[in-house]
Amino acid sequence: MKRILVGIKRVVDANVRIRVKPDASGVVTDGVKMAINPFDEIALEEALRIKERGAAEEVVVTTVGPADCQQQLRTALAMGADRALHVQADGVVEPLTVARALLKLIEREQPLLVILGKQAIDDDNGQTGQVLAALWNRPQATYASKLELAGETARVTREVDAGLETIEVNLPAVITTDLRLNEPRYVKLPDIMKAKKKPLDSLTFASLGVEPRQQLKLVRFEPPPQRQKGIRVKDAAELVDALRKKGLL
Amino acid sequence: MSARILIVAEHDGKKLNPSTAKCVTCARSLAGAEVTVAVLAAEVAPVAAQAAQLAGVDRVLTVENPANLHPLAAVLAPQIVALAGPFTHLLGPSTTFGKDLMARVAGLLEAPQVSDIMAIESPTRFRRPIYAGNAILTVESSGEGKVVGTVRIASFEAAAAGGSAPVEMATISVPLPTHTRFFSVSAAKSDRPDLQTAARVISGGRALGSAEGFKILYSLADRMRAAVGASRAAVDAGYAPNEMQVGQTGKIIAPELYVAVGISGAIQHLTGIKDARTIVAINKDGEAPIFEVADFGLVGDLFQIIPEIERLLS
Repeated sequence: MKRILVGIKRVVDANVRIRVKPDASGVVTDGVKMAINPFDEIALEEALRIKERGAAEEVVVTTVGPADCQQQLRTALAMGADRALHVQADGVVEPLTVARALLKLIEREQPLLVILGKQAIDDDNGQTGQVLAALWNRPQATYASKLELAGETARVTREVDAGLETIEVNLPAVITTDLRLNEPRYVKLPDIMKAKKKPLDSLTFASLGVEPRQQLKLVRFEPPPQRQKGIRVKDAAELVDALRKKGLL
Repeated sequence: MSARILIVAEHDGKKLNPSTAKCVTCARSLAGAEVTVAVLAAEVAPVAAQAAQLAGVDRVLTVENPANLHPLAAVLAPQIVALAGPFTHLLGPSTTFGKDLMARVAGLLEAPQVSDIMAIESPTRFRRPIYAGNAILTVESSGEGKVVGTVRIASFEAAAAGGSAPVEMATISVPLPTHTRFFSVSAAKSDRPDLQTAARVISGGRALGSAEGFKILYSLADRMRAAVGASRAAVDAGYAPNEMQVGQTGKIIAPELYVAVGISGAIQHLTGIKDARTIVAINKDGEAPIFEVADFGLVGDLFQIIPEIERLLS
């Protein structure tokens, strides 16, 4: 079966103001609104569109994380994923461990494509897709803003610093999404009801044969230094004057 | 244990990208570090010569292969792994080139990666921003095995010229994949300074209203010898191309002067300009969050203010 595997992550909603805990042990997440990482939502949307075009038959969504992540998997099912796989994990899970778990799922599911967000907006690591592609020994096309499938290959346009780069990769491959790949759909209420009946399987690292490993200790979280609030100038002339005095013009 | 650091040079085949000189400064911040720059290219000589001239570089290691004509992570990563043996740290810039590549290197080595290093406190301790720069995290590696890192280039000055490091050609033989092929790149050619390294940057937001509206910024930028950037909203709306985007998911920059025009200042944008020396905000909404971080704020109609500034400068 032509299948697409989509990885998602539960993160603090993009609109929440982040506060560091006073004891420097982390960021406040209790009682904070959580959501699917925005880039992963784009990944899922792309997979759904490929399926709707008839180029894939099944979209499987997965996440690695604590029990609460099932909320985001349900949302993904409501968006249109066919089934969900939850790999249970508590505490810090590094990209390498996530990639190892995804690789085990790939071995089971034999997907044509794996689509992930280019980075999670919480830890901003931006590694999982590339690490997975390395472990899998398959192509990676990161920062995708356009994805075209043609038989055994995919042509991917990537948002790079210089502009737009297009590469061609053999399938299967790992794709990571950038912002302008698509605009994810809204979930409709009837779909939320339907999603409750879709299969959601729970797995563990042990059942997958993955040994979680933490290679980086999280020593200390701090708020960033704040910028001093500046002054208001009344018009363009005063602004130009002020910048000239500072030697900036 | 003294650190032996390998920096993967970013270049376009002819010119070394300034991001590499910033990686050198990052590596040099570790006392006693030995710094090697790796140049992988189809033709290494011009880029290797530039890398050798960076102060603080001890050695330049080159790998010449026609397969390295375009920077494909899947092709470059196994070559870097083949070079990695003697090194304790493998660094690349936190640009799309380095982010794409280094994590693949980390995956091949099954080594930890520290993304967006803003400070190296010791061979095992690093500081990096998370949550779009709303928190700074200190991480510590075990000291065993290698550490891969990407360097947040806005956090470091470029290493000066004046070095004369020896250039050595590495002989490695690793099978390179053919499953990934370069097809094309479309980059807008511009005579303006490069956004990531410009001393002055003028950025526009959705308030510019159209691609046409951005013209007043280009005109002022040319007068000021500034680069032009854009907010995500402006790029999403099609007013400016993606390579102009400044922010969490675009470019992180540290110019001397940053002028935000018609940009409200979403947290994701502010994270891209935190290290700017002076921030100017021009916006018709006096309550816009951009004014919270601006050194100079001017409330008013940008379509009047921008041409007026240009007149005052001429």
